[in-house]
Amino acid sequence: MVDTKVNLSGIIIDNPIIPASGTFGYGHEFAGFYDINCLGTFSFKGTTKEERFGNPTPRIAECTQGMINSVGLQNPGVESVINEELPRLKKYFSKPVIANVSGFSLEEYIYTCQRLDEQDQIGWLEVNISCPNVHGGGMSFGISPQSAFKVTKEVKKVTTKPVYIKLSPNVTDIVSIARACEDAGADGISMINTFMGMSIDLKTKKPVIANKIGGFSGRAIKPMALQMVYRVYEAVKIPILGIGGIADAGDVLEMMLAGATAVQIGSQNLVDPYVCKNIIEDLPCVMRKYKIDRLEDIIGGAH
Amino acid sequence: MKQGIYKITENVEIARSIFKMVVTGDTSEIKKPGQFINIKIDDLFLRRPISVCDYDEKSITIIYKVVGEGTEKMSGLKRGELLDILTGLGNGYDVSKSGKYPLLIGGGVGVPPLYRLCKVLISEVKNVQVVLGFNTKGEVFYEEEFKSLGAKVYVRTVDGSYEKRGFVTDVIKDLNYTYFYTCGPMPMFKAIERIAKTSGQYSFEERMGCGFGACMGCSCKTKLGNKRICREGPILEREEIIW
Repeated sequence: MVDTKVNLSGIIIDNPIIPASGTFGYGHEFAGFYDINCLGTFSFKGTTKEERFGNPTPRIAECTQGMINSVGLQNPGVESVINEELPRLKKYFSKPVIANVSGFSLEEYIYTCQRLDEQDQIGWLEVNISCPNVHGGGMSFGISPQSAFKVTKEVKKVTTKPVYIKLSPNVTDIVSIARACEDAGADGISMINTFMGMSIDLKTKKPVIANKIGGFSGRAIKPMALQMVYRVYEAVKIPILGIGGIADAGDVLEMMLAGATAVQIGSQNLVDPYVCKNIIEDLPCVMRKYKIDRLEDIIGGAH
Repeated sequence: MKQGIYKITENVEIARSIFKMVVTGDTSEIKKPGQFINIKIDDLFLRRPISVCDYDEKSITIIYKVVGEGTEKMSGLKRGELLDILTGLGNGYDVSKSGKYPLLIGGGVGVPPLYRLCKVLISEVKNVQVVLGFNTKGEVFYEEEFKSLGAKVYVRTVDGSYEKRGFVTDVIKDLNYTYFYTCGPMPMFKAIERIAKTSGQYSFEERMGCGFGACMGCSCKTKLGNKRICREGPILEREEIIW
């Protein structure tokens, strides 16, 4: 019998499979496909203080081995999440969930994190300082070690639960930003968010995405994500949630060998709604194939 | 909503660049006319959403136009090949509002979902009028199929190469009806909106990520709040649409 459990900042999760924020809504949509209690946990849709409609459409573009999105943090706002989404989620999901938070000012991050920290269903906070699709917020907090430090420090002051900081790959040195988060007291790093990308329609000769540029994700980004996780693992002691292009159990093992304690699966959920369930079912078999008894034993094993 | 593997039993060009595909498999999740399916195509990342033209206990008929890479690949698929499809997506048309004399208005590749709708309405002994608009003679399809269901059918072509020259609105303005249902291009919608005499339902399209409400890729604003075209749509009621 293989052991797929991992310890995520003091909470043991049954397996390291976590749907990534923005690809799993608030869980409700996927509960129509399968019993989502099989997941390690999931990270819910990026939530802000106020309700947001997001960007104009088209927000989605097809790319080779991936896609571009420019949703722009559409969400119902933190109070609706607390009053409507979390009670509804309780019916489908009995495990602690990751609250993904975004903001346009330090005050907004602090407020939203504090409100969600108070909720019993929340196990971890994931602070998104890496959204490429909004101006004046999101990624602007995640592109320098100083601002990443500041957000982390302030959020940690007002919260009791483990805080993971979600980093952008669109930076010159992700390692220094991860270190700054750790120095500021972050409990973990989620990495990576999408790469800034573009697609142009040859018929109209204009960008496909209304906002012109969006965030690129999908299988194509796995090698880049992997090397970033590998380098950050060598620089920090806190756990890493590895994200980027994961689509099967082999990818999960690779990401963990690079240094991830658990993984998040993003855009693959959109094209294959059963992907997380399938990976969870495949994991024991693939672990046996590579002679792995305890999944926790392989974290960082490639170093 | 359900994922399944479906076998192609027919995939033929029925008008210029317009293909009819029939697949067999589980259709239990399809409940209403106007819903859509989302098809995985080899070598492409995103699925392709296509409205359901008709279905029975074991087969689904779709009609699609070759407009890009996805539909181009679909048009090359052969009988016997298998497709990974999500079914039962979208809200579908609400037939309960039709009244006795519903009007169906289809433009080009927006015509297909109206076929199933017409079938359902006629089975409820409604007197259905159907107005179909196409660009040109070579793109006309399903006129006879609608007539066979027992509907009164009017066809117009933009260039006048088949039936009378004109737009669907040239016909509609002289018709009496209790309610309307439409699917087609945005300019046609706007023209209908200007002259429609009753309430009705419009079927919208948008670039989608998932097709089942998870990604928020296809959202739109309505008078009743934000809606996802794939989930609370693709059918919106006239009264809630912000043009």
